[in-house]
Amino acid sequence: MIIYGTALLSTCLLLGLTLGRFLGSLAGIEADIGGVGISMLLLIASCAFLQQKGYMKPPTEAGIAFWGSIYIPIVVAMAASQNVLAAVNGGIVAILAGASTVAASFAIVGIFIRIGNPGSNSEE
Amino acid sequence: MTSATQQFLVVLEKNSLLLAFALTGTTVWVSYFLSDKLTRGRLHGSAIAIFIGLVTAYIGGIITNGKQGISDLPVLSGIGLMGGAMLRDLSIVATAFGVRAEEFSKSGMIGALSLFTGITVSFLVGGLVAYCFGYRDAISITTLGAGAATYIVGPVTGSAIGASSEVIALSVAAGLVKAIMVMTLTPFIAKLIGLNNPRAAMIFGGIMGTNSGVMAGLAATDPKLVPYGAMTATFYTGLGCLLGPSVIFIVNRAIFG
Repeated sequence: MIIYGTALLSTCLLLGLTLGRFLGSLAGIEADIGGVGISMLLLIASCAFLQQKGYMKPPTEAGIAFWGSIYIPIVVAMAASQNVLAAVNGGIVAILAGASTVAASFAIVGIFIRIGNPGSNSEE
Repeated sequence: MTSATQQFLVVLEKNSLLLAFALTGTTVWVSYFLSDKLTRGRLHGSAIAIFIGLVTAYIGGIITNGKQGISDLPVLSGIGLMGGAMLRDLSIVATAFGVRAEEFSKSGMIGALSLFTGITVSFLVGGLVAYCFGYRDAISITTLGAGAATYIVGPVTGSAIGASSEVIALSVAAGLVKAIMVMTLTPFIAKLIGLNNPRAAMIFGGIMGTNSGVMAGLAATDPKLVPYGAMTATFYTGLGCLLGPSVIFIVNRAIFG
């Protein structure tokens, strides 16, 4: 049943968000701390457990995979609901934050690739 | 005729979520078509679709003077529900499905190290830019740094710690700038940095992190590298969502108050 997958996914998210809020209250913040990340860990762990026990049937997987596969359109809808008008006034910040991060990241990727693999680069 | 049009508008308003699915689907289709025909896939369809979304939100802001972009138009309120926190979080968590913990552990320490380094660098550089532009509160600095991680970590972190809609929109824009740049620049920079093997692709995915950027960037460089980069990149957004509102926010709050 496809609903089993969606139910599992929803349960993981509800538990994860609850744990996130609980962690938030422990840290003295009135906010969710990593609820989405915790939900992901719960989903990976519970799926691995169910697969091991043989309870993970293809329809169940489809009930999870569907939601993952529409995350781009959901992000598009999210973008369309943002306060872009206000953001445009500070547009340079966004462009500089993005561009500087990409430049720094490319440099670090190059360093990381070289560090572990000095041989393959010096041969060329 | 007139009454048929009126009936249609009544149906649209009563079923706003369905209208949102139809409109978003059409937007994505048009975007992938433009991506294919105009940019030969170099600029990923998802990046174009998100850009159209942001432009639409801008237009909505001008028309309604509201804060929820195009979803402030009553007939398009479904866009707000579809792109709201509930369905957004559900779909993001679902993308973790299919990530096998064993496969990731095979990549060894370098993948994990890349992830943490990439997230740290994004929050550091993004936060630094925010600070340079006069943002002095920990919430805004963390959210903009999160946006420099990905356009998903930005809004997730921002809503978790209570950032303003403007700052969240900026973080989405910063993430979008990053995604578009990674998509378009990767094929040109790949040779320079030695991005030509699976291990390098895993490092690349872990440090860049932006899913669509990494996937499209690697596809334009060497399609065989895509799964390796995607594997580490898939962890990035989740890890960023975990670290952003927690460790990184706490550190920023200690520094900026």
